[in-house]
Amino acid sequence: MAAVSPPVVTAAPGWLADTVRRHPTIVVGAVLLAIVALGALLAPVIAGDPIAFQPIDRLKGPSAQFWLGTDSLGRDVYARMVYGARISLLVGLSVAAISIAIGLVIGLVAGYFPRVDTVVMRFMDGIMAIPAILLAIALVAVVGASVQVVIIAIAIPEIPRVTRLVRAVVLSVRDLPYVEAAQASGTRVARILRRHILPNTVAPLIVQATYICASAILTEAGLSFLGAGTPPEFPTWGNMIASSRLYLQIAPWTIFAPGFCLALVVLSVNLLGDGLRDRLDPRIARRM
Amino acid sequence: MIAYIIRRLLATIPVMVIVGVFVFLLLHLAPGDPAAIIAGDNATEENIAAIRSRLGLDRPLLAQFGSWAWAIAQGDLGVSMFSNLPVTTLVLQRAEPTIALATTTLIVAISIAVTIGVLAAWKAGSLLDRAVMGFAVMGFSVPVFVVGYMLVYVFALQLRWLPVQGYVPISQGLWPCLRNLILPSVALGLAYVALIARITRASMLDVLAEDYIRTANAKGVATVPVLLRHALKNAAVPIVTVIGIGVALLISGVVITESVFNIPGVGRLVVDAIARRDYPIIQGVMIIFSGVYVIVNLCVDIVYTFLDPRIRY
Repeated sequence: MAAVSPPVVTAAPGWLADTVRRHPTIVVGAVLLAIVALGALLAPVIAGDPIAFQPIDRLKGPSAQFWLGTDSLGRDVYARMVYGARISLLVGLSVAAISIAIGLVIGLVAGYFPRVDTVVMRFMDGIMAIPAILLAIALVAVVGASVQVVIIAIAIPEIPRVTRLVRAVVLSVRDLPYVEAAQASGTRVARILRRHILPNTVAPLIVQATYICASAILTEAGLSFLGAGTPPEFPTWGNMIASSRLYLQIAPWTIFAPGFCLALVVLSVNLLGDGLRDRLDPRIARRM
Repeated sequence: MIAYIIRRLLATIPVMVIVGVFVFLLLHLAPGDPAAIIAGDNATEENIAAIRSRLGLDRPLLAQFGSWAWAIAQGDLGVSMFSNLPVTTLVLQRAEPTIALATTTLIVAISIAVTIGVLAAWKAGSLLDRAVMGFAVMGFSVPVFVVGYMLVYVFALQLRWLPVQGYVPISQGLWPCLRNLILPSVALGLAYVALIARITRASMLDVLAEDYIRTANAKGVATVPVLLRHALKNAAVPIVTVIGIGVALLISGVVITESVFNIPGVGRLVVDAIARRDYPIIQGVMIIFSGVYVIVNLCVDIVYTFLDPRIRY
């Protein structure tokens, strides 16, 4: 943890300046992510063709032409690595958005209505018991592989975690006087949920979103690695590693380049999440 | 006590029923004919028709679910489309490597994680603490298969200390078996160690701030007994909870680790089934692994009552 500096009176302290000074992990995570996101967006500008293959150049080491060498089909590892960021970020962000949106609604309703609660939470316990990767494998096996299916398959097992979190927040504020006051004055349930309860869930959900994003990127890579994820025509960090596994000894860069990116991106998301958690919830900052 | 265990045991039934419903519906909600999905890509019309009548896919959904669930309750998980062998038999054939890998990982990971977690909490704020926390964030971030290939590259290919891949049955000796499990266990256990070390540290920090710890220190109890007997024992409930929840991480990791290290276990069975579109195997292993998760967490609930006699439901 960063040392807590004594309160300094400045002209314009500001939320941002305070964050930068006291939570450097947020800055480190955000900057690294911004660089990766920029790279993914500008992929056609900063990298060559990720699909073109030249069997003559197969398994070449890093050179001026191929910055990170070539893989077993003679494809440019650097170009594939840059394009691979697109799938990882797309899956990470979409899974976080979808699972939070659905989990939030279910959690609000379950937390507010005790009767719905029992049924819904039992159902969530059931989904949580199914290993995430197997659920995704099964869904891909049934429906067929595509980026959309992978996103949905990874989002489903995350929903119960969001639901539990939101429900816990709802339960903790449901009986507070200000909510009772709103009920007594005849406010509609939808409005109570939206105006009086929802705002309490925002901070924990932002933190949760980063962790979901990190775990979704890892699961997507795992699925691609096992050959049950994103179709092989898209370069992903997972399928780059899978297709190079036999060449670990003679061409280690084909595995470690995408592996490094994967670790770096997930690490940045986790750092961002840890920093945001400390920033938004000072009570637990001390402990974790 | 017995009554509590029986009540908890009964409470797992609805969870497993929901797992069953979910796994069952997954096949039926998908677009397309379930019989065609089960039959795989190379099936003829007759094959599909045969499967449809054998599995009763032309009957009402509820009746289908009933007979399917009844069969599972009796240990019948269906028949593999590829090898025509019962899924239960196939899983049992592959069980030993997976159990060996999971057991070694659990033992090694929990002992390392709790040790470093306690040390980090004891020396909170020190360099050691920062190192442990840094390691924990790294452990969450590096995927199992990347760690696996890094370990193979360094310890098997470069240093040649350990085998690259494969599995030796325990019947051929304990050491040959363990030698092959060292690298896979480390790769698989890393994220689990990170998770448990973090919660151990957090939980220990809470307990170490209690008055009775100060009392114990003040009356001259040695450091180790204070840490272990006074603090760790009272910090154990959240740790045990996370050990139980983390088993989900371990199960997903097993599937990938077995693929990296070419271990012929249950995980490999599933991965091979993906390419063959052998849906009964995927379905069966899903049920089994979910059952393992539910049973582990049942055990965790029972362990609670030993750790904290105040807990009585």
